[in-house]
Amino acid sequence: MSLIDILVEPLQYDFMVRALLVTVMAAVVCALLSCWLVLVGWSLMGDAVSHAVLPGVVLAYVVGAPFALGALAFGVLAVVLIGAIRGTSRVKEDAAIGIVFTTLFALGLVLVSVIPSQTDLSHILFGNILGVSTSDLWQIGALALAALAVLLFKSRDLTLFAFDPVHAHGIGLSPKRLGWLLLGLLAIVSVVALQVVGVILVVALLIIPGATAYLLTDKFTHMLWIAPLVSSACSVVGIYVSYWFDASSGGLVVVTQGVFFALVYLFSPRHGLLTRKRRRPSSPDGTISPSRHA
Amino acid sequence: MTPALEVDGVSVAYGDVEALTECSLTLEQGQVTGLIGMNGSGKSTLFKSVMGVVTPQAGRVRVAGAPAREARRAQRIAYVPQSEDVDWDFPLSVWDVVMMGRYGRMGPMRRPRKADRAAVSEALERVGLVDLAGRQIGALSGGQRKRAFVARGIAQEASLMLLDEPFAGVDKRSEGTIVALLRELAAEGHTVLVSTHDLHALPALADQAILLLRRVLYQGDVAGALEPQNLTRAFGLDLPDSGDGGESA
Repeated sequence: MSLIDILVEPLQYDFMVRALLVTVMAAVVCALLSCWLVLVGWSLMGDAVSHAVLPGVVLAYVVGAPFALGALAFGVLAVVLIGAIRGTSRVKEDAAIGIVFTTLFALGLVLVSVIPSQTDLSHILFGNILGVSTSDLWQIGALALAALAVLLFKSRDLTLFAFDPVHAHGIGLSPKRLGWLLLGLLAIVSVVALQVVGVILVVALLIIPGATAYLLTDKFTHMLWIAPLVSSACSVVGIYVSYWFDASSGGLVVVTQGVFFALVYLFSPRHGLLTRKRRRPSSPDGTISPSRHA
Repeated sequence: MTPALEVDGVSVAYGDVEALTECSLTLEQGQVTGLIGMNGSGKSTLFKSVMGVVTPQAGRVRVAGAPAREARRAQRIAYVPQSEDVDWDFPLSVWDVVMMGRYGRMGPMRRPRKADRAAVSEALERVGLVDLAGRQIGALSGGQRKRAFVARGIAQEASLMLLDEPFAGVDKRSEGTIVALLRELAAEGHTVLVSTHDLHALPALADQAILLLRRVLYQGDVAGALEPQNLTRAFGLDLPDSGDGGESA
């Protein structure tokens, strides 16, 4: 069987074409968002919000509202609760995050189990990429496009917020508002990725691409195209592998991302573990080696 | 003449901890002022109050006669952060960082226009970093990093410049370069407020000094600030009772 066959055969099925479309859309918009999440240091927050949206999605299904609306409500609720617990008790932030998101996630599980629907719990948890209907495709596409537009419009402000929020204050912007914008987008984008890899693995698409790109370049503007490119390529490879080996598609999308990250971690020309070591003794050009930010 | 910065009775508390207690000071335009105090004396809180990061429980801050909030929107206040508050691995070039000084003057998408690029070029030239404009911000020496942030303030065309510990981790020669740069800016009418531990740099740097310990203990010429009895008060050696009406229990 030729490579062409391997690539083309799955495309004769409509469900595979839809799966690939949704995967690429989710990969691109998640990867873009992940560039900022990784730099702000909000990976854990991404984990929390992407899990906490579950009850929102379920309730939205019950009342027939758009999933994004429910996700947004519970994403915001999670962040508010985390902030409240951290601010008004002696519990530290990591513990507050752990308490809030697991509780909300569990609430989602309970709701799914008591609410009669055709939706299979495992589809929500692990994704249902092969079961994407045309109307799903439209809804996900619209959300992805909206998130994409906001991210590109606010791109530079978000970068400023990530790099120097005090300066943002100083020129009359509101870092608080920018932070909320980022968290709101996080909740909406979680809905997009939910269909592809499921609630449990959404956070992978929200962290790995940005981290991979961060190891490949010192230019943020380059991160913004490297991350989506790498993420969608890895995701498509993952879907193909899952087709041919009849294995979990969401699982393979994330495993491919992780394997590629490992390669970059080891061999990135600039910041790879192996390449960097070899280069270090031969660069005494007086530049200060950047100290890790605590 | 309207003062460049007026801090009037500003109090800030974090929970039960008072960081500033009815702190008042006035800076005239075109002067370099050294802000001296030990850790926890309220220097950072004072800066944060001017920058709008913390909202004082009492008192008011005015910049060039306008409330601080308006002054920030009018791009009048620039800030050079402490080294440890910056993520030096952040994937931005020196050019990108200086361009951020222009954001408040751009449209909502922050697209640089010709005037913005010209201002950034000019600012980089002023601080002598033109050749390093393309470098990642962390690939600079300690002194160059500070100058990059000063360039951001110059590009911003701010009239008041706050520098938080600019000499920490900077070698003597770079310190001299920064001092000369700040003196030039003051001569052009900028008002510069520098918090520093480095008392040796003060006489060459500052027109006046302020000793801070939750409130202003001393404001006047540098020689006076460096007198032992003033320094001991500022660094809290004769606490708990300073004998000057210390009503802050």
